[in-house]
Amino acid sequence: MVFDSATLQRHGVTPDEYARIVELVGREPNLLELGLFSVMWSEHCSYKSSRVHLKTLPTEGARVVQGPGENAGAVDIGDGLAAVFKIESHNHPSFIEPYQGAATGVGGIIRDIFTMGARPIALLDSLRFGPVEDPANRRVVRGVVAGIGGYGNSMGIPTIGGEVMFDETYSGNPLVNVFCLGIARHDALVKGQASGVGNPVYYVGAKTGRDGIHGATMASAEFDETSADKRPAVQVGDPFMEKLLLEACLEVMQTDACVGVQDMGAAGLTCATSETGSRGEVGVEIDVMHVPQREAGMTPYEIMLSESQERMLLIVHKGREAEVERIFEKWDLHAVRIGEVTADKMLRIRDHGTLVAEVPNRALTDEGPVYRRPFAPPADMAARQRMPSVDATQLPVTLDALLRLLASPGIASKRWIYRQFDHMVRTNTIVLTGLGAGVVRVKGTNRALAMSLDGNGRFCQLDPRQGARLAVAESARNVACAGAEPIGATNCLNFGNPERPEIMWQFAEAVAGIGEACVALGTPITGGNVSLYNETAGAPILPTPVIGVVGVLEDASHVRSRVFQDAGLDIVLLGENHGELGGSAYLTTFLGTISGVPPALNLAAEGALQRFLVAEAGLGAITSAHDCSDGGFVVALAECCFDSGGIGADVDVPAASGDGEVGMAAATLFGESATRVILGVKPEASTALLERARSAGVAAQRVGATGGTQIRVAIDGVVAIECPVSEAEDRWTNGFSQWLESPPQRRG
Amino acid sequence: MNFAVVVFPGSNCDHDAYHAVKHVFGQSAEFVWHKETSLGDADVVILPGGFSHGDYLRTGAIARFSPIMASVRAFAEAGKPVIGICNGFQILMECGLLPGAMLRNRDVQFHCEHVGVRIEQADTPFTGKASVGQMLRIPIAHGEGNYFAPPEVIAELEAHRRVIFRYASADGEVTDAANPNGSVHNIAGICNEGRNVVGLMPHPERAVELVTGSADGRVVFESVIQHGV
Repeated sequence: MVFDSATLQRHGVTPDEYARIVELVGREPNLLELGLFSVMWSEHCSYKSSRVHLKTLPTEGARVVQGPGENAGAVDIGDGLAAVFKIESHNHPSFIEPYQGAATGVGGIIRDIFTMGARPIALLDSLRFGPVEDPANRRVVRGVVAGIGGYGNSMGIPTIGGEVMFDETYSGNPLVNVFCLGIARHDALVKGQASGVGNPVYYVGAKTGRDGIHGATMASAEFDETSADKRPAVQVGDPFMEKLLLEACLEVMQTDACVGVQDMGAAGLTCATSETGSRGEVGVEIDVMHVPQREAGMTPYEIMLSESQERMLLIVHKGREAEVERIFEKWDLHAVRIGEVTADKMLRIRDHGTLVAEVPNRALTDEGPVYRRPFAPPADMAARQRMPSVDATQLPVTLDALLRLLASPGIASKRWIYRQFDHMVRTNTIVLTGLGAGVVRVKGTNRALAMSLDGNGRFCQLDPRQGARLAVAESARNVACAGAEPIGATNCLNFGNPERPEIMWQFAEAVAGIGEACVALGTPITGGNVSLYNETAGAPILPTPVIGVVGVLEDASHVRSRVFQDAGLDIVLLGENHGELGGSAYLTTFLGTISGVPPALNLAAEGALQRFLVAEAGLGAITSAHDCSDGGFVVALAECCFDSGGIGADVDVPAASGDGEVGMAAATLFGESATRVILGVKPEASTALLERARSAGVAAQRVGATGGTQIRVAIDGVVAIECPVSEAEDRWTNGFSQWLESPPQRRG
Repeated sequence: MNFAVVVFPGSNCDHDAYHAVKHVFGQSAEFVWHKETSLGDADVVILPGGFSHGDYLRTGAIARFSPIMASVRAFAEAGKPVIGICNGFQILMECGLLPGAMLRNRDVQFHCEHVGVRIEQADTPFTGKASVGQMLRIPIAHGEGNYFAPPEVIAELEAHRRVIFRYASADGEVTDAANPNGSVHNIAGICNEGRNVVGLMPHPERAVELVTGSADGRVVFESVIQHGV
């Protein structure tokens, strides 16, 4: 072997993997070739630990236009249009450099969407942070929010929603998952593949620098001797360059001069060349001499492994070069021909004509290692699922308890965050951010698209399969609340170190749960992303699968928000309350614990409820709809009152059985039973609505009416909580910013 | 009427302005690339919002050098209606068609939200159909909208009734609480001496259809369409 074990280790290549490389290449690789394999066979690019599980996910359906395997998935939304969407993580960089880490995460997912030929029209973010009492976490929160805004706002793509949660395990491991959705005509979708021997390969966008060359793959004894400098592994984003690329690429794609397009994200030029070649079953040959470089003296190794942002690879029909170059020139971008498509399925890299690497494309992209890593449940599962023994004083059902929950960081309004995001540009946003699922109309049609990101690390910590099922159900339910039919999903799977059996078990269970729920709810997974190794010093994050569901609303004018529209409406509760406090926000807030068993989920009942919400969209009886999630029924009811101009609610609900006598009231009001939605219903239409619900097999009951200035909640006729809307809304509105601006507490 | 929507590299409200005039108000509209030198047969010029040239140097600072700007200047000097929205307002200040400059918002955060905007003057092409004191609820979306000019410039603007839009509470009070960014005198928009060039930070083009949350911005477009008839 020409490399010592330390070199292999720094490249993250095991001895077994090295032997496989030798077999696939037919000889010992040189350092550059080792570098190519090290990035393409990395967990991030190859999904080597997760692939066997991901294969079990449902990916097909009548609406699916493009499943996993391309830059993004796509589903049919009618009129010959497709919604192109995906979610990606940028967790590790966002901890090291929050602003740039988050910004380039946004940039990366946007490129994935317009690479497909789609015009991006919406962004959402799912974020996880450690508590901001710690100044280090505060820095991450502020930096990530500013970075998302800085990039997305410049791009003119509205950030219309998302979710944020806090837990100690995300200190040092923040999660930044960004979702982007675009629109394209089916017949104009562009694939990331090369074809046509002799077709030129173009490079366009930012110059290649030494940024983003992964630390693990960068350092080696041999490499050190020739490398002048080592740069941080976090890239710096240039949204203006990306905006030019977006407009120029979409303009180029309107011609048919392009064979294929691929952005350079993780693994940069290596990934873009080998994947386009592999997908098209052809070879790609380039000379790195032609690659625009930001600094002098870059080696082929550095050029091929750089993760500089805002770069695209295009394969152009021979003879159409001038046309393509002219469009890029218009945008002050210089498209450079760096190579061509060949017949022999090899990736061949030259440096000033000299051959410096030659490996089969498929060896890099498709023939990497696949691991069936051992998995086993954590030893303390039973202990986690045990409810703590408490007395009544620890489970308050009081005005103060409600106010405290409303002001808690996970539940309080995230206005401080989304106000920093342009959520209205493109004038399609028809449910303003914070008022429900993200909903954008599709101009030129009557339709709208609703989308929601959801994940619950607490539930997954207690039962990853059930937590994942609940996340899919909640995301689809949010979309259905808006009136839209859920038609497709994407997932971002954030976990700890997969080499530990209990983490791998969490992963396997969560994937299984996602699959079960997606099959039952008719939302195939069209793509996604896996982020592993989210842990510090052996302490992993809560297992956090994040689900993004996209739905179609046939008539945009039927859209519903969470907000009560008027006084004098009937309040109808869909679904059943089982009084389940396990894993609830309430328990975390008042006992500081994540324990118990997550709520049950009957997928048949969930599907019926969602279909009912969609079917009702055109009928006009329902004027608002809001699902019960964190904080349970009372928090959801309060949220229906917020942003309504102070409309109150007076309800009386039956007691749930709860977890024993002590917790009955708390479980009834704050338990997080799934498959429940609070509706504001026109009173003259509510009897018929309840009848329709019954025929549809959906539990429904009238529990009260809107009006007055109080939120009044009774259990079996006995008033349990009464609170002025204004006071509750004030706490909820300001809770988050007050927490963020509270005096920091330095630890240790 | 013919509207020209000038597109700079980094403009991102160009499509919204185009959509408003073309599809909502049924007027003729053309995108004009910043490298062009002619505005064609435009009756109204819109400089849209966005981040021209990334706003990396100073908002609007590079866009003023675009080839089309000579035509925009001539158009303005001929007394024809020009409106700069958000980044377009910043460009108008950079090229000297309007006085003043923008500082970062006083809390140094980007703000995207509906705010109260009071119509101060109804004798510009863009406010002719409005009434003085009329309150609009329209969105802002900017990080640098904190209007600043030296006291003598402010005094002149006020003396010549050139403050056209002012941030105000829902009941029309000009208060500090209603000022989202720290602008001097709660100034949200101004005009030139000839009153045909108007710049404002709020986005009327985002508030022309109720489905997007407000239609209060319609009056700006209805005014200029009526003006031209």
